Amino acid sequence: MFSNFLIWFVIVPIIMMAGLACCGNSNMKAIRAVMVTCSTILLAMAIYLVYDFLQLRAAGNTDEMLYTGSWMWYAPLNIHLAVGVDGISVLMLLLSAIIVFAGTFASWKIDPLPKNFFLWFALLSTGVFGFFISIDMFTMFMFYEVALIPMYLLIGVWGTGRKEYSAMKLTLMLMGGSAFLMLGLLGIYWHSSADSSALTWNILEISKNGAIPAGWQNLLFCFTFVGFGVLGAMFPFHTWSPDGHACAPTAVSMLHAGVLMKLGGYGCFRIAIYLLPAAATELAWIFIILTGISIVYGAFSACVQTDLKYINAYSSVSHCGMVLFAILMLNRTAMTGGILQMLSHGLMTALFFALIGMIYGRTHTRDIREMGGMMKIMPYLGVCYMIAGFASLGLPGLSGFVAEMTIFFGSFEHADWFHRGFVIAATTSIVITAVYILRVVGKLILGPVQNEHHLQLTDASWWERLSTATLIICLAGIGFFPQWINETIQQSFTPIINALNSVM
Amino acid sequence: MGNTLPILVLAIPFVMFLILGLGGVKMGRKLAGTLGILANGALAVVAYIIAFTYFFSGDPAFIDAEGVRQQLEVFDVTWLAFTDRLVVNIGFILDPIAAMMLVVITTISFMVHLYSWGYMEHEPGFQRYYAFLSLFTFSMLGLVVATNIFQMYIFWELVGVSSYLLIGFFYKLPSAVAASKKAFIVTRFADLFMLIGILVLSYYVAQTPADGPLGTASAFNFSMLNANAQSVLASTAGATFLGGSVLTWAMVLIFAGGMGKSAMMPLHIWLPDAMEGPTPVSALIHAATMVVAGVYLVARFFPVFGVVPNSMVFITVVGAITAFYAAVVACAQIDIKRVLAFSTISQIAFMMVALGCSYNQLVVHEGHTVLGYMSGMFHLFTHAMFKALLFLGAGCLIHAVHSNNYTEMGGLRKYMPICHITFLIGCLAIAGIWPFSGFFSKDEMITAMFNCNSFLGWWMTMVAGLTAFYMFRLYYLIFWWEENPKYKEHGHKPHDASWQMSLPLIILAAVSCVAGFIPFGEYVTFDGKPYTIHIQTSVAVRSLVVALLAIGLATLMYAKKNPLPEKVKNFWPALWTAAHRRFYWDEIYQFVTHRVIFNIICRSIAWFDRHIIDGTMNALAAVTQWTSLKIRGLQSGCVQAYVIWYFLGAVALAAITWVCLL
Repeated sequence: MFSNFLIWFVIVPIIMMAGLACCGNSNMKAIRAVMVTCSTILLAMAIYLVYDFLQLRAAGNTDEMLYTGSWMWYAPLNIHLAVGVDGISVLMLLLSAIIVFAGTFASWKIDPLPKNFFLWFALLSTGVFGFFISIDMFTMFMFYEVALIPMYLLIGVWGTGRKEYSAMKLTLMLMGGSAFLMLGLLGIYWHSSADSSALTWNILEISKNGAIPAGWQNLLFCFTFVGFGVLGAMFPFHTWSPDGHACAPTAVSMLHAGVLMKLGGYGCFRIAIYLLPAAATELAWIFIILTGISIVYGAFSACVQTDLKYINAYSSVSHCGMVLFAILMLNRTAMTGGILQMLSHGLMTALFFALIGMIYGRTHTRDIREMGGMMKIMPYLGVCYMIAGFASLGLPGLSGFVAEMTIFFGSFEHADWFHRGFVIAATTSIVITAVYILRVVGKLILGPVQNEHHLQLTDASWWERLSTATLIICLAGIGFFPQWINETIQQSFTPIINALNSVM
Repeated sequence: MGNTLPILVLAIPFVMFLILGLGGVKMGRKLAGTLGILANGALAVVAYIIAFTYFFSGDPAFIDAEGVRQQLEVFDVTWLAFTDRLVVNIGFILDPIAAMMLVVITTISFMVHLYSWGYMEHEPGFQRYYAFLSLFTFSMLGLVVATNIFQMYIFWELVGVSSYLLIGFFYKLPSAVAASKKAFIVTRFADLFMLIGILVLSYYVAQTPADGPLGTASAFNFSMLNANAQSVLASTAGATFLGGSVLTWAMVLIFAGGMGKSAMMPLHIWLPDAMEGPTPVSALIHAATMVVAGVYLVARFFPVFGVVPNSMVFITVVGAITAFYAAVVACAQIDIKRVLAFSTISQIAFMMVALGCSYNQLVVHEGHTVLGYMSGMFHLFTHAMFKALLFLGAGCLIHAVHSNNYTEMGGLRKYMPICHITFLIGCLAIAGIWPFSGFFSKDEMITAMFNCNSFLGWWMTMVAGLTAFYMFRLYYLIFWWEENPKYKEHGHKPHDASWQMSLPLIILAAVSCVAGFIPFGEYVTFDGKPYTIHIQTSVAVRSLVVALLAIGLATLMYAKKNPLPEKVKNFWPALWTAAHRRFYWDEIYQFVTHRVIFNIICRSIAWFDRHIIDGTMNALAAVTQWTSLKIRGLQSGCVQAYVIWYFLGAVALAAITWVCLL
């Protein structure tokens, strides 16, 4: 078991927790040492995994999933701890590792209870990594829950503002989603093979069996898509996002918007679409309407907010709507764009939330009406904020552009008016995004200094610089050289496209 | 020519941007400025070598045995492949217009770099300024050498952002921030249409069979699309939308992107405000180079525009209206940079009309040299030179009197002789007076317009007359009229600027004097065949007479302080006010964006989200809580209560059983 490389993505965070548990309660040095070491190891592992994965693919290994391993966990229900990755999960693991790394530095001075904070933080990462390596639906669901629960405490204890309300709201709404999801997964399990003897949770086997009857597929598709869609901030189940993000501490917002919301999108195509292709082709239109609304609605809502985190949370609703929208187009280019958008949005939102946290830590306000001229006071953070903004509004050279364009061009392959109309509606978001981003940049970063006291504030410290620079380099990296990622993702969609073609 | 020089063209400014952007803070001003200027000088040399090699080497790769100039892709590498047919390449195209643009951009950019040394000397953020200039130069060069429409779109967005950064360079001024925001959002809005246009066009092209005339090349590729314009037309056969063919819609939408960047009505509103940026930036971006991107787009895609005549008619009409509108507004502005901005709008519209009106020549004599195309490009070239000259001159004036308004100037000819002479040359050139460069290009354009339609010809001749009038109005009000008494109040009188600022003026003035004699038709034509420019006497005389009359009128009104302008203004004050307020376009936009979109749409959506959607969620929670509060009493922990419930339950069950059994 331990010879499987993937399993270490779960073991390292567990070691991290063990290490933290051994640290003294307020021994910041030791806590930081553990966090930095482990998150660096994770990052290195993820980079190596991507490299090795590409090597294997280049060497002609065309298996659907690589590094597979499967260990029986609970025989009566045939539950395995089954792992395996394709190009998409590999990139998701890399994204998670980057954000955990950046998040560690962004919460360098967390207060109070640093040790407990990082413990929950590590547990959350365990869930995230576990989710992306799983190919067994049950363990996937388990890791999903492991990632959600720490949110409650992280927001409730270390948050700001109406933190109890928001933590409760977020947890209840996401748990409500999980309830649907559990029903959906159980339904898939009970129909997982033609002869009911050998039921399985394994995604690859279920897809191979293709035994789910069409009538059931429709119901289960709705359950699973809504279940994951709640986490993907799909309209009208998105309202946990603004409140949750607004109250969450910096690193949690980063991890949540950066990675956790991606679990939703990932689950949507890995389970809802891959396993239930007939229902996906039949019912996609319902969710295209909902996600299409998300895109425009989130963008418009963001235009009038005055709290930095609310602006960003609504912008996430819009951008994550784009992810699900693209996935629902059910063709290779658009879905690839959806994954690119996940990566891009993950990095960009993490950067945004990191910066907002840094600004809030200095000014103790997030109201854009009370701030101004940050470029003069803290040029480094100001420049980073502008770069994040440009990534968000889709400037070429940064990742957002690549993702959005891939989505638009992929979605436009549908020639009917329903799809075309929604694609054109979705493209308008590039203008609305520019409006709310430049509004914030104009008020917060540029313009005259609003508050005399802000003049004494200091620019970024080294850990803040490291955290933001990592994210910016990744944003620009995807923006400048998108082709290898694009190819990797496109290849990985082959099984899903085949499954869809077989029912069309 | 290998790949080295073309790659250098893009690499030098980009690397300079990185060096100055990342390391600028650590550098001294002198070092940053010197680096910027030297790098740009080197860039100009490289671009000149490329253009010279292209035009004069006689290499069969560039010009074939019959003397037709060739279009070639020096390199073209895959950047992102959406599908097999939708492949985005980043490449370097070399053909007459690209080579010409390389020269224009690097020349003006170098002049502006040099000039800024003096102009921006005392401004904080000097290094940042040079970094942004390099970014702009990089983006603009990438735009003109684009081998495909998508590469053009990429760099199109990048010039947009460089323009945003430079307009908002004085970021502490709220007006500069607002202007930069406005410029970015208005052009983004236009780019949205362009994007949809590209989506539509590329979709249909990519649908054509791989063994058809369009082959398997990327659906974005200019050379392929232009060489097979008829097949592009055929690819959308039958598909119509709102009464127009799909291709017409696609081309009109793509042109709408050009309308945004080139400030055509009704998307022109950002350009006058963009004058908030430093004046050298206005010269480089908002007069000479970036704003002609729309013209360049039409020229680059000319064959495809040509097969959908409706789109060309649209271009012509938009251009003709804009040219007139901007010329009228320019007559009533006080800020000298705004006069120049509206003059830019008007002149670009001139080029658009020249391109747009040549569609029927294209259709009638297919394969023949298109006069409108050549003259439009010629005017682009000459206009870039004299408009940059005028803006740089305006910068010297603003530096000297510390104001943008001509009301603070007057009688400056004695104090600033270099500026005066060069500005006069610029005015003569733009007014189209022989032998200055504007005469030649404008004359060819008006000839092309008369060939198309005589009403259009007269209309644009009238606009040319207005141009001469408002330019000389400006010239007289600055340099003649009446000496401003304030010069003597302050200790120092206005004087000519330092050599770094004067030298570019002199160079550009010299170019404006002689550029008209360049046999432009030999080098840049639609089909690559040389074309000999003849001056059509009738047209030339007509436009010269009109221009001279307009100058005469301006002389009469403004050469010396007299009450005539006031009288004219009071003759119909509402018109003057309307023209001064730019016919209220800004107010209309303000109303739509602020009142309607922001206040009504955005606010109601945000309200809906907070109260209806979130309210539903909260209501669910509240109902749950209410229910649990109500039934909480059942779990009281009080044994007597449990006994009562137990007893009542037993009775009820018994009753039910009894009823059922009965």
